[in-house]
Amino acid sequence: MSFPGYNDSVLSLLIFGPLLAAALAMFLRSDNLLRGWTLVSTSALAVFSLPLYWRFDPSTADFQFEVNLPWIPVLKIHYALGIDGISLLLVLLTTLIMPLCVLASWRYITTRVKEFMICLLIMESAMVGVFCALDFILFFVFWEAMLIPMALLIGIWGGPRKVYAALKFFIYTMAGSVFLLVAIIAIFIKVGSFSIPEIMGHSQSFSLNFQRWIFLAFFISFAIKVPMFPFHTWLPAAHVEAPTAGSVLLASILLKMGTYGFLRFSLPMTPDATLFFTPYILWLSVAAILYGGLTALAQTDLKKLVAYSSVAHMGFATLGIFALNKAGLEGAVLVMINHGITTGALFIVVGIIYERLHTRELAQTAGMGKHMPVFATFAGVFALSSLAFPGTNSFIGEFLVLAGGFEVSRSLMIFVVPGVVLAAAYMLRMLQKIAYGGTANPDHSRVPDLGLREIVTLAPLLVFVFWIGLHPEPFTRVMHASVQNVIQQTQGRAAPAAPSVAVLPDATVFPTP
Amino acid sequence: MTPFKLMAFLPELVILAGALALFVISLGHEQCGRARLAAFVTALATLAASLACLGQEATLFDGAYRVDLFSQLLKLAFAGGFALILLVSGGLPDIRNDVKPEYYLLLTISVSGLMMLVSSVDLITLVVALEVSAFPLYLMVPMRRERNGQRVQMESAIKYIMFGVAANGVMFFGMSYLFGLTGTTVLPEMLTRLEPVSGSPLAIAGLALTFCGLYYKLAVFPFHFWTPDVYEGASNETASLVASLPKIGAVAVLVRFVSLAAPDNRTVVLLLTLLAIGSMFYGNLIALMQKDFKRLLGFSGIAHAGYALVGFVALDQAGFAAALYYIIGYLLMVLACFVVICKVSRDGVNVAIEDLAGLHRRAPLLAVTLAVGVFALAGIPPFVGFMGKLTLLSAALAKGHLALVIIAMINAAIAVYYYLCVVREAWFRDPGALPPIRLDWPARAACLLLITGILALGVAPARVLQSLSTSVAKAQLGAPGTVLADTNPGERSAPQPVGSALAP
Repeated sequence: MSFPGYNDSVLSLLIFGPLLAAALAMFLRSDNLLRGWTLVSTSALAVFSLPLYWRFDPSTADFQFEVNLPWIPVLKIHYALGIDGISLLLVLLTTLIMPLCVLASWRYITTRVKEFMICLLIMESAMVGVFCALDFILFFVFWEAMLIPMALLIGIWGGPRKVYAALKFFIYTMAGSVFLLVAIIAIFIKVGSFSIPEIMGHSQSFSLNFQRWIFLAFFISFAIKVPMFPFHTWLPAAHVEAPTAGSVLLASILLKMGTYGFLRFSLPMTPDATLFFTPYILWLSVAAILYGGLTALAQTDLKKLVAYSSVAHMGFATLGIFALNKAGLEGAVLVMINHGITTGALFIVVGIIYERLHTRELAQTAGMGKHMPVFATFAGVFALSSLAFPGTNSFIGEFLVLAGGFEVSRSLMIFVVPGVVLAAAYMLRMLQKIAYGGTANPDHSRVPDLGLREIVTLAPLLVFVFWIGLHPEPFTRVMHASVQNVIQQTQGRAAPAAPSVAVLPDATVFPTP
Repeated sequence: MTPFKLMAFLPELVILAGALALFVISLGHEQCGRARLAAFVTALATLAASLACLGQEATLFDGAYRVDLFSQLLKLAFAGGFALILLVSGGLPDIRNDVKPEYYLLLTISVSGLMMLVSSVDLITLVVALEVSAFPLYLMVPMRRERNGQRVQMESAIKYIMFGVAANGVMFFGMSYLFGLTGTTVLPEMLTRLEPVSGSPLAIAGLALTFCGLYYKLAVFPFHFWTPDVYEGASNETASLVASLPKIGAVAVLVRFVSLAAPDNRTVVLLLTLLAIGSMFYGNLIALMQKDFKRLLGFSGIAHAGYALVGFVALDQAGFAAALYYIIGYLLMVLACFVVICKVSRDGVNVAIEDLAGLHRRAPLLAVTLAVGVFALAGIPPFVGFMGKLTLLSAALAKGHLALVIIAMINAAIAVYYYLCVVREAWFRDPGALPPIRLDWPARAACLLLITGILALGVAPARVLQSLSTSVAKAQLGAPGTVLADTNPGERSAPQPVGSALAP
């Protein structure tokens, strides 16, 4: 795998490749040809993105595969790309999950296939762009541009309340990002540059007051995207109404952008404000874990159940991030990846059920597993992974987050433990229903088991569930340096006074209520 | 006196020749087709002439008329807009048959007035050009065909002309103050003479009153009352003209006039800030309730005038360039919406938002055009609306107007709702029994041109911004050093105000 200029061109190609594929797709007529073309192009991009991993130098926290060209010189906006250990994993997650989205929509989408595939491809371009952008405006352009195809995915191919869900998703996210834009401009006027690495270097010159306002502006935007409790209300609506591929993208990639925003911007750019707000955000994370878990327990709609479990999982991610120590941050990044794999898979599973039964009611699906052994196996593994069963991927992530959290505050973590138990409760409840049901199950004897296409869709995710679960080292290896760098940037300034938040006694960090 | 340079005046000559030709054509009977062709040829010829004369610089007519990069760029925009409007309006379905040639004649004259407006640097010339651009519009509004229950165009025309005349009166009154203070009608000279007294109440009153006439053109709150009614009453084609080109003219003249208040006139800044805030909130909040698409665009136009004023609040080159860039982008965005209105409308009647239902099935190209236009108006990247807002907000924030910037962003968030309602109808609803829409080639061309323009200006604005910025610098009316020194393309010219503004 060696072609000239790979390092310089790979990120740009990953961003513009999908756009090119979308442009070509416009000229294709037959639906099957379109599906095939999208599958081939996304797979090719996935394969093309793989060497990123081997060529990535994990020993440094610097941005790699950098591109930096002037874009709008008058405004000092650059076309600057680059990835570090954190974004590397997210970029790979994006490119690898795209072909699976296409496969999952193979039969699910029957109307307006061309537009659907074009939307998917534009989404890929914008998603990769968000994780690669090293210029704030470029980042914002991708961040916002994504809203349009996503809203169309929900609004055109969604369920019965699709219009409501699409509008709510769009307005909610847009309302958050207006403050992000103001913050970006305010930083630009302070620093005189939109370059993200440069702003990180300048963060020491920001006054605490300035940092607090910037942090709050960032927070609104990212918290809505994550979504953190209590900004999560758009999520269930959007997830429930979106088509399978939309749900998968939403869960696997879009939600990660919020936590990625915290990692990339909030922590390094406003370190003092981060330390100031950390206790509150940790409590919000715990609230999200408990609230998500309890609400998921009460759902009878499968998609809603998985959606609320997302709120809980993302609570773990923010908890890990704001634990501000190595275990917590690495755990958080792993939780992000794992949630992308597991929840993405669960949404595909729900989509498979819906394609067969045209319902997502838990009661209607009871006992499917008896007639669909292959399906039940997949569903079982993913459900176990979602509840962080040891040996699966989520266990590693959540364990690291919990370890990081315990370093910070024991009193806080006491509230998290029920959240872990809740996860087991709602997932096992779902699994029990689907796989076995009760004595009066609806008749599923004529429902076909998984076909080859569906197995191919789910199998790669299954591999990753066990790979990360049993041997996470290849995944954590690339992020050590970057995570260390984030910690340094965040705590470097506070170092003289307090070497690390992690060793502070509870009382100082947490104004106990 | 400088020798008369033909090249410097060529675009105006071309369009005036076209107007003359149209006048001759309008003398005959049943000349609609020929008039349309003549107007289109005029537009293309003007466009070519403007392109050819882009680099011209001259002072004509004893200093009353200045040809510089600023004016030539805007003339190019006018010529382009003129051609686009002709493409958009198609065969003028809702104009009485017997006045169609006259309609084209008036349209051409109005555009020629605008082209002269941006070169005028003398109050008298400026007023004449302003009226040449305005009066044809007053006539074009009532040219809409009468039909059962549709006489609203007359009311609109009366409103338009009455408000217009009143605003002009106020403007003349203000100009008389400025003339009284400085004893000259030549703007560059006025600038130097006004500077020592620019803080005096008389100068501020003069400037503020003079601005009123331009606010009226731009539809800034509280000079907006005509806007929704004229949009609704005028035929779709006329509304597309009223909504687009005169606003560019107003912003251009405002740039010339506001530099009279530069570099630092607190009162004028405060006034502009209040008007911007009023326009944004008024336009956006009322637009939320609209059912008619043209009225919605009218109110959103008021809000967009408010955004444009945000650039003026900065009172520097960056702000003026941003306002111009924004309003040129606005031309494309609003025309993208109007091309949809013109084509969706059956027989020229007004289009309710509900009439857009299922547009993505009835006419996919129109639906895409509408989505691009509306998302651009909402300020979503990668379209021009976003870049425009970014430049405006950067300029305003660089001068420390944090509160104004936050209010503008809140307004952008409010506006998203009603723009999304339009998208919802067009993309998420079923057409029901509505028939598909067939597009003729001018409409297709207009759609593709507008989409390309909105995308290109949004993705690659570097050159346009650069030239607007230099042109504004040169257009500072040969200003004394103070103005230019203050507005040097400053990097972080004022980091302090932001910091202090952030401190509660």
